[in-house]
Amino acid sequence: MFDFLDSGQYDVLGAFWVTVQLTLYSAAGSLIWGTILAGMRVSPVPLLRGFGTAYVNLVRNTPLTLLIIGCSLGLSQTLGIDLAGDTFKETGFRLAVLGLIAYTGTFVCEALRSGINTVPVGQAEAARALGLSFFQVLTLIVLPQAFRAVVAPLANVLIALTKNTTVAATIGVAEAALLMKEMMENEAQALFAVFAIFALGFVLLTLPTGLLLGWVAKRVAVKR
Amino acid sequence: MTSVLYDAPGPKAKARNWIYSGIFVVLFGLVMWWVLSLMAEKGQLEADKWTPFVTDSRVWTTYLIPGLLETLKAGALSMLIALPLGAVLGIGRLSDHAWVRGPVGTWVEFFRAIPVLMLMLFSSALYSPQFMDVPSDTRPFWAVVTGLVLYNSAVIAEIVRAGVLSLPHGQTDAAKAIGMRKGQTMFHILIPQAVTAMLPALVSQLVVILKDTALGGALLGFAELLAANRQISANYSNTIATLVVIALIYIVVNFGLTTFASQLESRVRKSKKTTGAVVGVADVGDMATGANSAGG
Repeated sequence: MFDFLDSGQYDVLGAFWVTVQLTLYSAAGSLIWGTILAGMRVSPVPLLRGFGTAYVNLVRNTPLTLLIIGCSLGLSQTLGIDLAGDTFKETGFRLAVLGLIAYTGTFVCEALRSGINTVPVGQAEAARALGLSFFQVLTLIVLPQAFRAVVAPLANVLIALTKNTTVAATIGVAEAALLMKEMMENEAQALFAVFAIFALGFVLLTLPTGLLLGWVAKRVAVKR
Repeated sequence: MTSVLYDAPGPKAKARNWIYSGIFVVLFGLVMWWVLSLMAEKGQLEADKWTPFVTDSRVWTTYLIPGLLETLKAGALSMLIALPLGAVLGIGRLSDHAWVRGPVGTWVEFFRAIPVLMLMLFSSALYSPQFMDVPSDTRPFWAVVTGLVLYNSAVIAEIVRAGVLSLPHGQTDAAKAIGMRKGQTMFHILIPQAVTAMLPALVSQLVVILKDTALGGALLGFAELLAANRQISANYSNTIATLVVIALIYIVVNFGLTTFASQLESRVRKSKKTTGAVVGVADVGDMATGANSAGG
């Protein structure tokens, strides 16, 4: 039933490795971009708050597929921005990561912001009454509690991101979903076996992330 | 307006805010200028790339509106099928019998763990002549709907479970006290209240479904809104303008739904007729192709 795997024609592990790489690069990028966005949304400057709100609302309501196709057709093919990728493969990968970061950053931002909102206002008031500066309030009082509160939501964002990397198949990045499409076309008689392999791959990628980070979230949560 | 992080600004802080605003405007202006000059260089700002959307009604009647209708049709149908299915799965997961709870739980977790795109590709292959031979013109539509139903019924099951669990425990106790059976408690006491609690989450799940239909256009040949991009830009060679217009349509529709969902949420929270239990908008993973756990 699984003999098509022996032919050496399909590099299933390689495809999943691309998926993992897409996930890791996008996760790192969207953590940074999401933190910047969250910083804007909670900042005292109204203009920055406005930009953050507008960006999050616009991007979150756009399909990820459109963003990634926009990166490929719009940025790369029309405007000629190739993000310094040397080969077609590299360019597609980088464009997909860019789209994923633009999209996932909004969810990281919202998670961090809700984390900051879990800190009772009284704590900051007490800190200011003790004479702590804005920077001290932020780094000593608010952020440590906020980060501990958002481990679980961020884990969910990471799991969703892992699954979202399949959208990169729409611009031809050779990750798991694209290989699955190809294998389903070529090995139609083994449809269920092919699906089982890829489904299992994703269960193996997302399940441990959820369990591990869920455990961490419980350990570090601030009991109120 | 009190924030955890800062006090109401005084004169000094206000002056500082103006400076930060100035820096931001300059940086943002530079980026926009760079983008616009790049677009101008490639001829993307020329009027004839953008005017078709205003002057040529065929763009709307032939491509955009039919595409949007397909998107809405697939979304609405998926929601209609996924809702009862999700309700059954959600209640099954809460069952007292391990032989119901176990398999249902596995089913739900499995379909939540798999990217919706893979479910669509699988359904599409399954509906091909070798297996089921669904007519080729409707095959992409049904593949998209099947993928969305499988995935979203699992998410809705979690919303239902979270909705029932969010109710105050006294509800079950009171039902037991007046001698109601388990089934009666569930169907007369818990479910009706959970439905109100779940409404906001369900509306925001509709946004996820609408966004996910775009996958079908990109990989399965489903003629939905995003797929209209290919035909329009083939006729008018205005890729960027078309993508911007399509994005705006999605944003308007989805933003409307998102706003409606959060208004519903605050109304449910404030209402005196409910227990105040609510599965909020933020409790659902509203990422395209993304399951977040729905609380619970």
